[in-house]
Amino acid sequence: MRILVVEDDPVLMDGLKVGLGLAGATVDDATTCADARAALAAARFDAVVLDVMLPDGSGLDVLAGLRARGDTTPVLLLTALDEAPDRVRGLDGGADDYLGKPFDLDELNARVRAIARRGHGRAGPLLKVGALVLDPATLAATLDGQSIALSRREFAVLSTLMERPGVIRSRMEIEERLYGWQGEVESNAVEVHIHNLRAKVGRETIETVRGLGYRVRGAA
Amino acid sequence: MTSLKRRLVLILLAATGVIWLCATGWIYASSRSELEHVLDTRLQEAARMVHSLVAGGNIAAAEAVAQATAPPEAGYERQLSCQIWSLDGRLVAKSGGAPEEALAGPAEGFSERTVNGEPWRVYTILDPDKGVRVMVGDRIGLRDRLVRDLVAGLLAPVILVVPLLGLLIWISVGRGLAPLHAVAGDIAARDGEDMRPVAPAAAPAEIRPLLEAINGLFAKVEAARRQERDVTAFAAHELRTPLAGLKTQAQIALAAHDAPTREGALRQILVSVDRTTRLVRQLLALAKLEGTPSPPLEAFGETEAGALLRDIVRQTSKPATAHVVVDDALDAVKLKGDHEALHLMLRNLHENAVEHTVEHMVGGGTIAWRPCAGGLCVEDEGPGIPEDELPLVTRRFYRGRSRSGAGSGLGLTIATMAAARAGARLTLENRRDGAGLRATIVWPRGAA
Repeated sequence: MRILVVEDDPVLMDGLKVGLGLAGATVDDATTCADARAALAAARFDAVVLDVMLPDGSGLDVLAGLRARGDTTPVLLLTALDEAPDRVRGLDGGADDYLGKPFDLDELNARVRAIARRGHGRAGPLLKVGALVLDPATLAATLDGQSIALSRREFAVLSTLMERPGVIRSRMEIEERLYGWQGEVESNAVEVHIHNLRAKVGRETIETVRGLGYRVRGAA
Repeated sequence: MTSLKRRLVLILLAATGVIWLCATGWIYASSRSELEHVLDTRLQEAARMVHSLVAGGNIAAAEAVAQATAPPEAGYERQLSCQIWSLDGRLVAKSGGAPEEALAGPAEGFSERTVNGEPWRVYTILDPDKGVRVMVGDRIGLRDRLVRDLVAGLLAPVILVVPLLGLLIWISVGRGLAPLHAVAGDIAARDGEDMRPVAPAAAPAEIRPLLEAINGLFAKVEAARRQERDVTAFAAHELRTPLAGLKTQAQIALAAHDAPTREGALRQILVSVDRTTRLVRQLLALAKLEGTPSPPLEAFGETEAGALLRDIVRQTSKPATAHVVVDDALDAVKLKGDHEALHLMLRNLHENAVEHTVEHMVGGGTIAWRPCAGGLCVEDEGPGIPEDELPLVTRRFYRGRSRSGAGSGLGLTIATMAAARAGARLTLENRRDGAGLRATIVWPRGAA
């Protein structure tokens, strides 16, 4: 899960990056409206955590611009103003959820997971393809009811593929979801993760589409 | 509160009434003089008629005519009375209603006299040839009644019309004041939040100045409220964001399985606590500046600027690579005023300068304190402040586009307030050479 966090306070930003990272997300950061717009124009995110009061303007304007472009990326507003009228303005402005500061990190993670899965058109919390089941909340995976041990990166690769079974995901796409922009990517990192995953969930589950990328075969 | 409508109706009714009264008085006077003239002419004619008969020697006929001059069915019966006297004072003949007593004296012409308690107007013709005196008179009381009846006839419709007129004025004034009611209704129907201007274009010219004044007030109230909302929003942001950071980092420290993550989170907590401590210190300073009245400047001794500044520099942490210069000439500058306010002002300016310089020059840079005309100034090597934000940065919690990570938006507010308390004025400007910001403190009354 790749998330953009827009927040100008350095301590909170660090906390959000580490905290969302602990829950299995890859976090890109932006500290101003301008950075946020650039990031949103350049890449697709599974969710955006957006502070309302930014140095160069209001997060609500960034949100309005995003929605005006027809971008449906789920957005969670994070703000110090959490009175009812502020929440209403945020939600009516196109936000998917709203959280007032200070907040509980677990709740933030749960809400981000919730808006992200709805963004993928899914209501159930679990990712299921055939006998393989992933639980993004606990980063647990089971195959035929047997739990399998996955590293955080392996879980991220597998959940990216399983979010849309049958759809081909390119190596670049998977890399971005794994590392964001900051991470230093080894050239064959994705291949290594796929290799290890196949050993754990079965060779035939992840298909290589030569020259295009990878996909998980749909259950149907 | 007096009603404009009631006032207008009363004024209009009174004005109409006065005009009517004047008109009535004028009609009364002119009718009366006209009537007097007509009746006098009649008296004269009747007297001549009777006399011509007397002159012809026909006393009996004259008497008959005298009888006929008072038609009994006129409603003003026996209006005219006629007497014919011989010159030796014997009553020769008289009309039916005439009294026995002489109606007038011996003189010829018009005269007035009271006979049997009744005032008479009499015309007398003296004929020495025939030896008779002909007197024709009428009762003044009757004349008055005639005039009264005439005027009453004129006034009767007026009395009937007055209520109608009053009603008409009431309705017209009501309609005339309708735009005022419309505007009042518009304003009354608003809730406390609605500060849109009242449309003055649609209003009558008379109340437009009032509406423009109201709109001006609306704009001021709205601006004050917006600023209040901004301050509240900024304050909430500045207070809650560090708390959110602390909580998040604490939860990470609890949840982290590896030592480096936990250590990183704890370090962030320390950073956040330091910053929050400064924020709390500034909030308390602000509360104190606002909460206690300004003592008179004379109550305080002099503070040496150089020593105070070196004190502050020692208390403020900064990276070793950044330079702080306190000009030796400042030792000679004596500052008057509240020592605490001076300390607050200089400390906040110094912290501000250090913070921006260190951030802008990546750890290096120079902060220089030196005397200026009428006071002292500090120059930093920070990014400066965009010109359009200069008037705004002293507002509490205001943090511009170039805000640094550590600021709270209170430092310059406190410095400005403390300066005012010390009898000084703080001006901020970008340095001419573009290298940073210059803050100048000037004592306009030369207290430095």
